[in-house]
Amino acid sequence: MDAFLASLFSIAFHGLAYGMILYAISVGLSVTMGLMGFVNLAHGVFAMAGGYLMYTVMDRLGLPWLPALVVACVIVALGSMVLERLLYARLYKAGELEQVLFTIGLIFVAVALARLAYGTLPLAAPLPDYMKGQTEVFGRSFPTYRVVVIAVSAVLTAVLWFGVERTRWGAMVRAAVDNRAMAQAVGINTGVLFTLTFALGSGLAAFGGALGADLIAITPTYPFEQLVYFLVVVAIGGLGTLRGPFLGALFIGIGDTACKYWVPEFGAFFIFVATMAILLWRPQGLLGRAQ
Amino acid sequence: MTIRRHAVLTIAAALCGAMAVAVPASAQTVKIGLINTYSGPMASNGDQIEKAINLFMKLGQCKLPPGVNLEIIKRDDTGINPETAKRLAQELIVRDKVQMITGVVWTPNALSIAPLVTEAKVPFIIMNAGTAMITERSPYIARTSFTLWQSSYPMGTWAAKRFKTAYVAVADFGPGHDAQEAFTRAFTAAGGKVIGTVRMPPPTSDFAPFLQRVKDAKPDTLFVFVPAGKSATAFMKGFGDLGLGQAGIKLIGPGDIVTDEELPNMGDVPSGVMTMFHYSAAGDRPANKSFVAAYQKEYGPNAWPNFISVGAWDGMQAICDVVRAQGGKVDADKTMLLLRGWKNPNSPRGPIEIDPRTRDIVQNEYVRETKRVGGIMKNVELETFPMVKDPWKEFTQK
Repeated sequence: MDAFLASLFSIAFHGLAYGMILYAISVGLSVTMGLMGFVNLAHGVFAMAGGYLMYTVMDRLGLPWLPALVVACVIVALGSMVLERLLYARLYKAGELEQVLFTIGLIFVAVALARLAYGTLPLAAPLPDYMKGQTEVFGRSFPTYRVVVIAVSAVLTAVLWFGVERTRWGAMVRAAVDNRAMAQAVGINTGVLFTLTFALGSGLAAFGGALGADLIAITPTYPFEQLVYFLVVVAIGGLGTLRGPFLGALFIGIGDTACKYWVPEFGAFFIFVATMAILLWRPQGLLGRAQ
Repeated sequence: MTIRRHAVLTIAAALCGAMAVAVPASAQTVKIGLINTYSGPMASNGDQIEKAINLFMKLGQCKLPPGVNLEIIKRDDTGINPETAKRLAQELIVRDKVQMITGVVWTPNALSIAPLVTEAKVPFIIMNAGTAMITERSPYIARTSFTLWQSSYPMGTWAAKRFKTAYVAVADFGPGHDAQEAFTRAFTAAGGKVIGTVRMPPPTSDFAPFLQRVKDAKPDTLFVFVPAGKSATAFMKGFGDLGLGQAGIKLIGPGDIVTDEELPNMGDVPSGVMTMFHYSAAGDRPANKSFVAAYQKEYGPNAWPNFISVGAWDGMQAICDVVRAQGGKVDADKTMLLLRGWKNPNSPRGPIEIDPRTRDIVQNEYVRETKRVGGIMKNVELETFPMVKDPWKEFTQK
């Protein structure tokens, strides 16, 4: 029994670390889909860019780990604003098929560029010494890096939820998600709002990609390989919410870890079966509103 | 301008043509198809083959009769990708008319090529893929690398003398299954107990959930096979991060997990890891010292050849030897006859030969400890098991 509780704790810990990273990456995707009705399949590109940029910033400019993480996120957020204005904004009114084709094309371009610039081998920014080794958590030792991942992501999630629930900007976002026409009618500049929200979502994805580079390896095919997980997180959680993807990410993180821990021979089988079951039961996602 | 450039090109081409004609009429070009992994997340293993072959040719190790040339046609299978490998082999045989196929890092790729070389009667010299039964799949296969049984079986016997309980963690494909079966068989036969087994899908980048399970199970030793290259480094990182060493779990395995070229990227984690393997870049044989020196002269002082390089190096030696013995007129069945019993007493890994019966490699296995020597992490050979045949074939064919 003791051993069983210990294994549950192990799974909860590693699942939480993985889930937090998935959440940071996917929450932006959920908001873009809910807010702008835009299916941005290329969202993983921003996560990958975050990972590569952090590596480059540390390698070339010699910045320490934390500033490099911040710089990488800021660069990706700014870059995504340019992309949003130049490319995405033109397709907000287009059909879903056009949006999907466009964003898939964007992934292909990004994969090719990443391969050209960084080669095909996985790259990760080196961890500082204080993040190697183990830390005691409730009397058990766990990798320090993962403890940091959980702690930093938890703080960020709290800030994000506070921002959306309690600030004026958050109120405007929620208003625009609920009814874009009405929000525009009462004087909210939805264009600017979209751009800023898009940048925030991309910056968060970059944060997840860079922070999680030791959990999800950064390779040029990252946006394709991880896309299904990001989409599952969003689909299970429900579009346009903050808490939905959080549940979805925890579900994937803990489910995936539990499968690897108990039944590794089945791989991701149970996760996808459970995903199908949840979507049959609630097609709009756990916290999404029925259309 | 354009027209003039055209004219220059035409003249140049004509000159080249004339020069080609000037080569003696007996000129023979032997075409070798090389199927290797040049791209994808596992390309670092293909790089070892590429570098060894280029070095071998550059140093003039391939001694052929006058007028005989080797043309190596290179193809990229992009990783564990049997369909691609099969298509490439087919194109090489049908379109390029190669007389031998070689290279091949991955077992699934080798298996998909095997029926083609039987059908087309093209000798297939495997430079890496190490699942035992591959050589049984075609009479036209010979192997210059190793089998997982060769290292993992003696490792099991060795470990049973030192540890009571073991956990086995292997990559979930052919060689991993072989390593698991070989180790478990020898370890339990000698009185050890395997308390758990996990097969991890390749390529895995995050080993933590698997390793946490091992840590919670508290075995005396953990036997691991993951493919050499970046996978081994990712594994070693997980092993260090989770503190399995501090928890008193001794890491053992075939040498793939402490592959020589990645040791500099593994930090201090592999210190004290015990492995059984046929090649270490730190081997003190003169042939190895000159091989490593030549390799580092060509590719830089931080480049280390590993067992994959040596498999390719010896594979090229075998190819050149059989081409030379036939005077450049390569016949498939004669080639296989020459390969059966082919010997090299002076390989960087020690004496090797191809078993005439099984067409598989026979070689020394060394017990090694990974430790710092002069500030550099090395696999130091401690004990030798001389001329080990593939135990799997010994078991299944007697």
